Amino acid sequence: MDYSQFLYMHEELSLLLVITILFVADLIMCPDKKSGRGVYNTCLPVVLLTLHTVLNLLPCAGDTATSAFGGMYQHTPMMTIVKSVLNVGTLVVFLMAHDWLRREENKVKQGEFYLLTLFTLLGMYFMISAGHFLMFFIGLELASIPLAGLVAFDKLRYESAEAGAKFILLALFSSALLLYGVSLLYGAAGTLYFDEFFSQLRPGLLSVLGMTFFVTGMGFKISLVPFHLWTADTYQGAPTVVTGYLSVVSKGAAAFVLLTVLYKVFALTPLFEAWNHGLFWIIILTITVANLFAIRQKNLKRFMAFSAISQAGYVILPVMGGTAQGMTALVYYLLVYMAANLGAFAVINVVEQRSGKINIDDYDGLYRTNPKLAFLMTLCLFSLAGIPPFAGFFSKFFGFMAAFNAGEHLLVFIALVNTVISLYYYLLIVKAMYIKTSDSPIATFKSDGYTRVALAVCLLGVVLLGIVGTVYNYIDTFSYA
Amino acid sequence: MIHLEYILIISAIMMFAGVYGFLTRKSTLAILLSIELMLNSTDINFAAFNRMLYPDGHEGYFFALFSIAISAAESAIAIAIMINIYRMLKDISVGKLEKMKW
Repeated sequence: MDYSQFLYMHEELSLLLVITILFVADLIMCPDKKSGRGVYNTCLPVVLLTLHTVLNLLPCAGDTATSAFGGMYQHTPMMTIVKSVLNVGTLVVFLMAHDWLRREENKVKQGEFYLLTLFTLLGMYFMISAGHFLMFFIGLELASIPLAGLVAFDKLRYESAEAGAKFILLALFSSALLLYGVSLLYGAAGTLYFDEFFSQLRPGLLSVLGMTFFVTGMGFKISLVPFHLWTADTYQGAPTVVTGYLSVVSKGAAAFVLLTVLYKVFALTPLFEAWNHGLFWIIILTITVANLFAIRQKNLKRFMAFSAISQAGYVILPVMGGTAQGMTALVYYLLVYMAANLGAFAVINVVEQRSGKINIDDYDGLYRTNPKLAFLMTLCLFSLAGIPPFAGFFSKFFGFMAAFNAGEHLLVFIALVNTVISLYYYLLIVKAMYIKTSDSPIATFKSDGYTRVALAVCLLGVVLLGIVGTVYNYIDTFSYA
Repeated sequence: MIHLEYILIISAIMMFAGVYGFLTRKSTLAILLSIELMLNSTDINFAAFNRMLYPDGHEGYFFALFSIAISAAESAIAIAIMINIYRMLKDISVGKLEKMKW
């Protein structure tokens, strides 16, 4: 066996190293219950993850597409970009978690939070780089099993446990459907390697059925509309930091992987038409239904859940037609969406930690007491809604352009109409913060340093990603292979 | 020799019995059992396809093995969460898990 092929998976290995270091550090540095001193804090994981991100991004320009372990593991430069985007998202989540993890009941559990989160990240890596359905499945499960633990992380809070139960039951259900689909596909093709699959697949009822089950299973993970029912409850009940992670990093990875598989495995003509047709209706339903439900929400986290469902529709919009332009637009959309959504969640999290308030009504008059936070939240919401100077406008524009070039004129029109609807409910929050007044507004507070860094990163992303046009071009230079 | 169709029909019945159970059972533990039924039906599919259609390789068997291991891990964490809920509610029926809805 040629051991040098392990080097192709340097991203996974370095993440595994980070996990191992943190694991050992947790043993030594964990705060003991008697003295209550905690030396193990946000600093170490953040530094390690930053190092990991930077190191893996550096040699990326010279990288070429390779595959290792007989095609089980695949690597393309585009995957490095997606993994780095996920890294940055996780980093921001770690930064904003500081305020929550330093609470008394969470002090002893700090190490577990980092380990669980990084293991899901590792699962996403494997899922993205998979060249075989088995690798893909193991990655997917590694990305979703620890996530259930994270959702139920607040052990003494009932909502967290309920959210965890709903999440794990639906995750199991969707994996079962997905597995059934994979088993039928195995029957239809006789192989589970992505590369061979394409040529050996015998088109017919079995393969279409298998693909339908597969897409249904993935639809649960990305929370597309007929399969979205768990999302709102889980997002509301989970700790806010975890909700941010779920709605951005986890969803982004799953969306990218679904499209990789659709491109690579189901590119044959009858199947291609089948999923393109199915996705058309799924996108319309996702965007519209989620928008209508978002309007009537009172709880801000639940509101963000429906907003995230509708954004998922926009994320997969560019893939219609299956062009290379669509793939670039998708990755760009993920990046921009990550900046805006994590920024919003960072504000929600810090307000919740300091005041315990989470309803939209509670945000009345936030501008008077905390003008900077209100301003940041506004920028993030504008970016999510797609208002021009911010990055969200450009990402939506590129996504719509890709779908339009693929001939999906009706779909783009419906998506545009929905953008206007979404503007209404995003502005409801802006209105609450700036125009409404409240008898008991959220008191003025100073956020901690880590949250400030997280907010600054998100602010930079929201403002610069759109104006600096080279970002899109940079992503576009990586051929999707 | 048993034909492939019979095995597939059995596994399809198991699968949809599981889906039915998932949608109708009241206790979360019964729901978990239904999900196990669904997962096991996929293992039957893999093994049957491998044995009947593609006897040269072992991909299907391996997939079934891995999926058994993974579903065990999933059940473990699901039951852990159920125990946590039971500590708070003294009940794990689905009807009680309704604090958050709509």
